[in-house]
Amino acid sequence: MEALLAPIHQHVGPLFGPLWPLVWNLVKIVVIIAPLMLGVAYLTFWERKIIGWMQVRIGPNRVGPWGLLQPIADGMKLFFKEVLVPTKADGWLFIIAPILALAPALAAWAVVPFWDGGALADVDAGVLYLLAITSVGVYGIIIAGWASNSKYPFLGAMRSAAQMVSYEISMGMALIAVLMVSNSLNLSDIVRAQDQGRFAAMGFGFLSWNWLPLFPMFLVYLVSGVAETNRAPFDVVEGESEIVAGHMVEYSGMAFALFFLGEYANMILVSAMVSLFFLGGWLSPVGFLPDGIWWLVAKLCAILFIFLWIRATFPRYRYDQIMRLGWKVFVPICLLWIPVVGIWMMSPFNIWK
Amino acid sequence: MEFKTIIFYVLSAVAVLAALRVITARNPVHAALFLVLCFFNISGIWLLLQAEFLAMALIMVYVGAVMVLFLFVVMMLDINVERLRQKFWSYLPLGAMVGLLMVAEMGMVLSGKYFGLDAMPGQTMPADYSNTKELGRLLFTDYVYPFELASVILLVGIIAAVMLTLRHRKDSKHLNPGKQIAVKAKDRLRIVSMPVEKDQPAAGQGE
Amino acid sequence: MLNQFVTPDLQPAAPEIFLLIMSCVILFADLVVGQVQRWMMSALTIITLVGAAVLTYVTMDGQVVLTFSNMFVDDLLSDFLKLVLYVAVIAVVIYSRSYLVARNLEKAEFYLLVLFSTLGMMVMISAAHFLTLYLGLELLSLSLYALVAIDRDSARSTEAAMKYFVLGALASGLLLYGMSMVYGATGTLEIGAVAQAIYHGDANKTILVFGLVFLVAGIAFKLGAVPFHMWVPDVYHGAPTAITLFIASAPKLAAFAMTLRLLVYGLFELADQWQLMLMMLAVLSIALGNLAAIAQTNLKRMLAYSGISHMGFMLLAMMSGVVGGQADPFGTLNAYSSALYYSVAYVLMSLGSFGMILLLSRAGHEAEMIEDFKGLNKRNPWFAAVMMVLMFSMAGIPFFIGFFAKFSVLLAAVKAGYVGIAVFAVMMSLVGAFYYLRVVKIMYFDAPVDTAPIEAPLDMRVLLSLNGLAVAVFGLFPDSIMMLCTTTLVRSL
Repeated sequence: MEALLAPIHQHVGPLFGPLWPLVWNLVKIVVIIAPLMLGVAYLTFWERKIIGWMQVRIGPNRVGPWGLLQPIADGMKLFFKEVLVPTKADGWLFIIAPILALAPALAAWAVVPFWDGGALADVDAGVLYLLAITSVGVYGIIIAGWASNSKYPFLGAMRSAAQMVSYEISMGMALIAVLMVSNSLNLSDIVRAQDQGRFAAMGFGFLSWNWLPLFPMFLVYLVSGVAETNRAPFDVVEGESEIVAGHMVEYSGMAFALFFLGEYANMILVSAMVSLFFLGGWLSPVGFLPDGIWWLVAKLCAILFIFLWIRATFPRYRYDQIMRLGWKVFVPICLLWIPVVGIWMMSPFNIWK
Repeated sequence: MEFKTIIFYVLSAVAVLAALRVITARNPVHAALFLVLCFFNISGIWLLLQAEFLAMALIMVYVGAVMVLFLFVVMMLDINVERLRQKFWSYLPLGAMVGLLMVAEMGMVLSGKYFGLDAMPGQTMPADYSNTKELGRLLFTDYVYPFELASVILLVGIIAAVMLTLRHRKDSKHLNPGKQIAVKAKDRLRIVSMPVEKDQPAAGQGE
Repeated sequence: MLNQFVTPDLQPAAPEIFLLIMSCVILFADLVVGQVQRWMMSALTIITLVGAAVLTYVTMDGQVVLTFSNMFVDDLLSDFLKLVLYVAVIAVVIYSRSYLVARNLEKAEFYLLVLFSTLGMMVMISAAHFLTLYLGLELLSLSLYALVAIDRDSARSTEAAMKYFVLGALASGLLLYGMSMVYGATGTLEIGAVAQAIYHGDANKTILVFGLVFLVAGIAFKLGAVPFHMWVPDVYHGAPTAITLFIASAPKLAAFAMTLRLLVYGLFELADQWQLMLMMLAVLSIALGNLAAIAQTNLKRMLAYSGISHMGFMLLAMMSGVVGGQADPFGTLNAYSSALYYSVAYVLMSLGSFGMILLLSRAGHEAEMIEDFKGLNKRNPWFAAVMMVLMFSMAGIPFFIGFFAKFSVLLAAVKAGYVGIAVFAVMMSLVGAFYYLRVVKIMYFDAPVDTAPIEAPLDMRVLLSLNGLAVAVFGLFPDSIMMLCTTTLVRSL
């Protein structure tokens, strides 16, 4: 990869002089963000298709061949709509809120390694960075709810604050087990650690990934991830039947679209995190196929499919049930499993040497 | 000027301005949000100092959890800011004095002959030095005893908070989810076999 | 890198570890059997304390052992103080039970917080590091703040808790500030290393004294010495009596340990500086405590002010250890062991007197006014006698434990050359005798106002009687306890 890029550095670099590192990083960011935004657009399309099929409907099929231009059409429509600001809303915060909802979902991608060494910033405290940045995502929703100066958005914001803070705990605790077995906070190292073990040596790499020995944590993380992104069945934040659309009630046009983009970008991010932490990231499941970014994308898509599948299958949780699941089920499971992993690692049966 | 120095001044300037707005903002929600902004910038300064763990922990704990809950409360309260500000001018001299005293103390700490910066030379760390790893190592080895004690203090905090606030209201409706889930169809539904009724009179006739 | 670390020796800290584990067990037990079998909680608490006492006694070998990277010290002094502490806490648990049950306050949290504060005190007693000293103090204080507010529907308790919390936090701040100054001057937080650094003259004296002022202020706050005593009467008065009993007894031992560890173990070289500060605290406390107690009609407030004066006496002993910056081995030892003796004696007396208030209280009636003791002799001669013994002992009337405590402190002060202060203290004690004897007078010579029969569980009656007897009997053999205190200190200094 480096060899391929060397000519670019050599020929284009001098044109920008000392600003070249900045420009080069911006280029990299665009290279990450552009496919991501495209992915977000087509995730909405895919979601509608899948749910349609599951409910024995056809789904979007009018715009373009097989309805493929539908997300573009939706985007155009929202883009040209007026952004209405309610009279009594807090002007500045009302505008900033959607930006705050989307920005962390994009910023978090800085540390995600797409292939071995293929991260924008391969930092040592990558996991901490991910946790820190994703924990900021809740501000968009809270500020939106408050700045709208309206009842339903406010209720949505309150629900969201409580829910995100609660599920962050079980998410973080599930990660502790991963960190213990990988002995690192660097995302690339966490993936590499999953490439070791008896099964990996035998060519069945997928049995060496963290999902198998840490199965309870895998489930906790996956479900918490769904809750953290406020997706069904945990979408009380925007529960239509109770509070119309929660924090998004007063938004229109592009401001509304940003919330949507944020939610789907977050979904993709959580899927990427699950793939990296539990499903071996860019690693190939079997020995005879080469590792590469395509595996990460495939895993990511599979988990996104699960997200959609869950949405089409389960009825919405009640708010107190959500809190119960987070605090009284997931946190104790994590608390129990962490010592189990600890004892396992200290015992002669340790498989993570 | 080095690039890092520029970043430092930008971060510091925003942090100071945000901190000023925290105390001058008329709306408590705005004040809380400015505090968040201030935390962000300080976290950035910590990153410049290569204290990445502290920077991340600040964001994760304070911005991600504490301030969210704080906002949660502040947003729900109907705070009368005017009333809070009534005695502003009468308290100002005392507050300003304390503030000046603290500035003077900080100045003494940083430039004085006792704790001056030249007394504590900056250390250069090897390239693979990981602040996070070192902190973890120290916390779980040399400082394991105070670390555990701190966790016990937090436990006491939880117990005390629960003791002081948990009230079982008599009129609250309560469900046991375990029981809910364990319900079987036959607990709720009785299927009765009934003979088919004959000689049904024709409906809607004769009226 | 990891291999350099040696797993700390856990054995010296066995009682602390046991106590913590049992506290967690009780926490779980409350979840499982909580609402049904309440008695289990107090039983488990007492078992825990007895177990810790056994562990402390078994591991007591008179050696000074440091563990946890020199943050924890296990010496004879800590073992002795901890054993007294367990006894005091067990007495608290037994005395409080019926009071709490009658007021529907007997929750598992009470026992848990008592245990956690006991843990905090043990940590303070065994602290060999500013950090652990502070953490122990916070553990103790935090539990106490919550305990004061345990009766959350009572406005008076809540107010007392709030006041205690705010002032306590301020005191912790002062203490921390002092510690940070000492750290800045010596570059270490280890108490032993601080003493070494000062001894070798590596530390800047100006900063040290600056820090010392804050340390002494923090200590005075926690002891409740004048002029940092404002919280004492209000908190003693506002808290439910069972909690007052706890606050007024066991923590004084920990406060003594803190004073000793900080000032004597850590900053002994600065003795001529802190001596002056302690002298002021002691004189003011003895004067104000005794004078203000006269005006009280509420027994809890009266005992609060008397507690302030007792702490003044304790500080008087602490300051008498050094003469003109020079440590005379015998005089020093004598002074500190009389301070230790005084703390233990005060804890015993305080337990008894607040126990008496609890004994006379019942559902819907707080026997906290002095009038409630009117004619106690007619109602129950035995407990009237116990109360009389306690009051006599507190007043320092000869041949009770309190007399010898005061006597040894005064002797130490005279030996150290503070004759004037000793005379002043005696005068103030005479003033103090007035309000103690007033209680005795109304018990024996006034007609009872409240004629309800005194009902209390057997264990409480027995223990309270034993408590009164101990105050009387130990007064007959003062030398044995004094010897114990002296030996303890000899082996620990």
